[in-house]
This record gives sequence, structure tokens and C-alpha cells, in this order.
Amino acid sequence: MLSEPAIAVSQEPLLGGPGGTEPGPGAASRAPRSWRSLLRWETALVFCLVATLIYGAGVPHFMSSTNIFYIGINMGEIAIMALPLTLIIMTGEIDLSVASMLGLSSTLLGYLFKHGWPIALAMVVVLIIGAAGGALNGFLVTKMKLPSIAVTIGTLTLYRGIAEIILGTGSVTGFPSSLTKIGVVPIAHTKLSYSIGIFLVLAVVFAVVLHATPVGRSIFAIGLQSEAAHFSGIRVERIKFTLFVLSGLICSFAGILWTLRFATSRFDAGTGLELTVVTIVLFGGVSIFGGRGSILGVVLAVVIVGCIQEALTLKNVAAEVQNIVTGALLLISVIVPNSADGIQRLRARSRGRARRRAQLRPTDLATTTTTER
Amino acid sequence: MAHSYSRRRIGIPIAMAALTFGVAACGSSGSKTTATTAGTGTPGTTASGTSGSIKKGLVVYFIPKDTQNPYEVIADQGGATALKDLGGKVVVSSGTADTAAAQIPSIQAAIQAHADAIVIAGNDPSALCPSLSQAQAAGIKVVSFDSDVTCANHLFINQANTEQIGTSEVDLLAKQINNTGDIAILSAAATATNQNQWIGYMKQQLTKYPNMHLVSTVYGNDDPATSLTVLQGLLSAYPNLAGIISPTTVGISTAAQYLDNHKDLLSHLTLTGLGLPSQMKPYIKDGTVKAFELWNPNDLGYLAGYAAASLASGTASLTTDSKFTAGRLGSYTVLAPAGTTGPSVVLGPPTVFDSSNIDQFNF
Repeated sequence: MLSEPAIAVSQEPLLGGPGGTEPGPGAASRAPRSWRSLLRWETALVFCLVATLIYGAGVPHFMSSTNIFYIGINMGEIAIMALPLTLIIMTGEIDLSVASMLGLSSTLLGYLFKHGWPIALAMVVVLIIGAAGGALNGFLVTKMKLPSIAVTIGTLTLYRGIAEIILGTGSVTGFPSSLTKIGVVPIAHTKLSYSIGIFLVLAVVFAVVLHATPVGRSIFAIGLQSEAAHFSGIRVERIKFTLFVLSGLICSFAGILWTLRFATSRFDAGTGLELTVVTIVLFGGVSIFGGRGSILGVVLAVVIVGCIQEALTLKNVAAEVQNIVTGALLLISVIVPNSADGIQRLRARSRGRARRRAQLRPTDLATTTTTER
Repeated sequence: MAHSYSRRRIGIPIAMAALTFGVAACGSSGSKTTATTAGTGTPGTTASGTSGSIKKGLVVYFIPKDTQNPYEVIADQGGATALKDLGGKVVVSSGTADTAAAQIPSIQAAIQAHADAIVIAGNDPSALCPSLSQAQAAGIKVVSFDSDVTCANHLFINQANTEQIGTSEVDLLAKQINNTGDIAILSAAATATNQNQWIGYMKQQLTKYPNMHLVSTVYGNDDPATSLTVLQGLLSAYPNLAGIISPTTVGISTAAQYLDNHKDLLSHLTLTGLGLPSQMKPYIKDGTVKAFELWNPNDLGYLAGYAAASLASGTASLTTDSKFTAGRLGSYTVLAPAGTTGPSVVLGPPTVFDSSNIDQFNF
């Protein structure tokens, strides 16, 4: 991939950031630079997780098997929605309609179920509508060339509005208990909730696609330089469109899980979750500018955020303080690498020639930028 | 993050060890056996007069809609007082958003902490039921207040009985206008179920006051602008109106503000209804409004706390007509399930707020 050395360059500030020692030139020649620097970010997350667990160990009841189930069930749908969003953000776009799509799907499932549809058929219809909703986002972004942030803020309101029209303020209950048990029991012989189990399986699939297939490399390339990717033969629009459809589909699936977990369908299901999903993705080390990130980072972010919330709740830390703690933590971990990355990009853009030189001598530039910081 | 930096050098092996430990550590899994208090027998079979005393050291989780709701903050304080009286303690836990999802971690925390009871104001009538039934399976008693849930086997603390609200407002106005004159009602939406039920009981109660006549009922839709418009229309149509009952906080505060600016009307017009002390305080202070009503959230929480402790100790049950005592509030009788409401108790008549007590309330 032509643009891969550029990845390495833009990530150098991260390497020099908190926790990282300066990479030796020898190491650079041994492994692909992008892969190594991703490991760096994940390493920081692992340390963050360890710190959380050390804190949690001092909290009564935190180190219990039940707690693993609770963390899983509280994070499950959020984590699932974070996966397609990771890919979308990797391409430099965003989907803010994820939680509204969850709500619309929950509502629709309830509506169809209330009107006597078999639950399995209702689920299929919900998934189709979810994919269609994602396709609308994708169409507006790729064919109408509208900015995804504006489009998906629009559909955020639109999908929630449709949900409210469908069910009003009423709620639908009475789903088959064989299905709603996913909200109260873990997968047999484990302590994992069904939702987090599904997330882990999906995460493996997403990781393989992103990190080990041409499609994944195309996603990196689109995020780094969309036009360059286009000219190098990558079907940028088509990939973006597919990702939005995928996001709609998976969010509606999360909506089904949500409905079953609460054994209730209501139009306001998951209100406000889009921000949690976005912060998890960013905390996982995915660059909001696109082109950088990994599924492993997102998985770690899910675990860390879940553990922190659970530990603070068990310690009965006031909810508003919890918000501050999580907010500050996320903010710091998002601002630090991304601002460094952003500055780096601006510089690189204003010095196109320097950038080309960097591709020839990446190590030199890395040293230079670190000194400047 | 500060932690993560300081722990950085510990290394991945320890990270893995910690993870493994986290997964392998098998603490209590939330199951719990409650000792049944002697003399209560099987729950549900004791009709009334359950004996025994309330256990010491009970832990009751209060889970309000959110931690900032001023009304529920006062209720939680009432609950804390109740448990303190009983030698137990209250833990208040909830989210900052009014959603069922934000309340679930608190229910889980109660299960993990082996709480004896949960007192919850549900953000959703049904979405909390899977979690609450898990709590019940772990031996935790469930009490709801302010906003009921539809789950099985819990006691709802009803803040006020519909009939009492209707009749007491008429009585309160009658006392202020010497049982005489034309009166009107400034309600919320014409379709509001609770408002219409209260108005129904008001009309019934008015038959006991032959010299008071209900001349009109107007609807302000719980919108200050609309309430003001219909109020002005009412006052021009009935210039000699003696009293207005506004059984909605928006209506009564809008009307009070209008009367505050038109004090000449106060010579013949009296306003009362259901209001928030925080909103009505200035109008009570300057005499625009003499008295209004609302249930007392502190008492509500106090009663919920006693109910939770009594259920957890086996001195109360969900059986219709069973009784329990709630400290300073006296004895309560569990009412039969009706409609979507399960077993419940009613706090009692609304509290009347006037210049003598308004300063004690800030919700």
C-alpha cells in the first residue's frame, strides 16, 4: 500500500507520548511501522485496564464472577454498535444515528410483535429496515456528497421521531421469556452475557476483515487520503456505502438485543447512547480523522469503560462524579493522541514535499517531530 | 489515567495475571438466603397483624429516577431518616439520565452488596422488571414509589389517593372563601387522566357546599402561555369569581404570577391547588396565595423506607389488608391490587403548604 509509510509518520507523536519510549531505528526495520505503533496504543490501554482492575480489586464485590456478567450485559449493545462505527470512523466519516437506529428497531420489533407477527419474522423485518436506514445514510453521504456528521445528526432525529410515531409513549412487553432470558442469565457454563458473547465473535470477524484483508487495507487508505485511495483504484464510495449499511444492520441487531434484555419495547430505547459509542471508539485509539485504529483497541476500551463504571457504581460514587471521571478519562485519552496527530497532519499538509521525503527517510522525520514537541 | 501512568512499569505479564484473576475470581454470585423472622410464616399467607420486630443493620438501596431530581432527593432523605430510626442504612444510587438503562447498574450494585431491599422510582414501567426480578431472586424486597413499575411482587407507595386530592382541594378552598361563591377550575390538558379524575371528585365534593358553584373548567395544557390566556378569559367572563382551583403546578404558578401583578383581584379572588413549594414560596410570602397542597416527598420516602425495612424483616407482607407501622406516620394497610397497580399503600391526604411551613421545603 502506497500510503502506509505515511501512517507511520503521522503516528510518531503517539509513540513519544505517555508511556512510550522512543522507538529505536533497529526496531523500525524489523516490523511494519503501522503495526508496531498500533501496539503502542493498545499497550497504553492494557496498562489503563490493569490500573482499573487494581482499583477495582479494592472495591467490595468487584472481583466477583457475577460482576463479569454485569459488565458484559451493561456494555453489550454499546460494544456491538462500536464495531461498525470503528470502520466508519476509520474511513474519516461518522455515524451518529446508531442509538436512534437501535431505538427505531426496538420500537418496530415491539410494534410488529404486538400486532401478532411471529417474533422471528419480526426480527428479520427489523434487520431489513436497519440495513435500509443505514443505506439512507450511505446514499446521502456517498451519492449526495453530504457530510456524514450532518446527515447522521439528521437521521438521529429522524429515526427517533419515526420510533415515537410508531409507538407513542406506550411500551410493548410480553416477549417470549425464552428470548428475554438473555437479559438475566449468562451463556451456559460461562459468565458472559449473550450480548458480549456476540460482540466478541463479531470483534474477531471485524478484526480479521480490518487487519488481514484487502478491504481492511482499503479502509485505512480511505481514511488517510480518500482521493489518493480513489486514484489507486479503491472503490471509496462503495466501501463507505457498505459500511453505513452494515452499521444500520448491526445497530438494528443491537436494538433487538436491547429489546429482549429489557423485555420491553419503547421509542426512547438507548437515547443518548451514540455519544458513549463514539467515545468508546475514540478511546480505543481510532483517529477521528480516519486512517488509524484497531479492533483490539476498541475491545480494550469496552472492557475498561465497563470496569470503571461498574467499580464506581459498586463504590457508590455519585453518578455525576462518575460522569466526570469517565468523561475526563476519555477526554484526556482522546485529546492527547488526536491533537498531536492533528497537528502533525496540518504540518504534513503544509509541507507536502517534506512528507514525500519522510516516506523515504521515516526515521529522520520521527526524530525531528519528537524534538519539536 | 494517573493510575495507569504510575502502574505502567508493572508490565504485561501482570496485566494478564490480573485479567486471569478477574475472570477466575469467583466471589459470591448474588445468591442469598434471607432468614425468615419467627412468627411471620410463609410470605403471602399471613393476613394481618404480622408480628416481630424490624431487624437491625438493614441496607436499603434507594434508586431514584436520577440523582438530581429535587423531589426525589427529599424523598431519599425521608427514607434515610426512616432507616436511621430503625438502625439500618440507606444507600442512594442512580444515574444522571432518566432512563431504565441508567438505573440497572444500581440494581446490580444492590444485588452485589446483598442489600435487604430496593426502593425504586422507575424510569420505565416494565424495562426494569428483568433486573428487579433478579434482585428478588437474590432475596431482595422491592418497593416502588413516585413512579410505579409493573413488575410482580412489589409494594407501591402511592403518594396520594385520587379521591383525597380532589376532595381536599375543595375543602381547602371552601375554608378560605367561607364556603360561598362562584369558583372555577384551571386544569392542564382536557385529556389528562389524573386531572379529570381529580375534577370528578371535586364536583362530587362540591355537592356538600350548597353555596359554592363551579361555573367553569378551563384548560391551560400545562403551558404557561396557554394557562395565562384561558385565565384572562375566565376572569373577564366571571369578574366576581371567588375562587380558582388549579390542580396542576403550571396552572397554579401562572395564575399566582398573574394575581401577584393584579393584587386588586385578591380582594374577592382566592387561588389554591397543587403546587411546588419552591415555585409558590414568593406568592405565599407576599400573601397572593394563602395555602396550596401537594404530597410531602419527605414523608413519602420515610414511608417507603419503613415499608422496605418491614418487608425485609417479615413484619409486613404484600397480602391485601395486612398492616405495618411506619414510625411517626402511624399504621398502614396494604390495599388490594387494582388495574395495573399491584399491592399498594397510600401515603395519606396531601400536605397543605402555607406561611407556617413553606420554608421547610425546597423542591
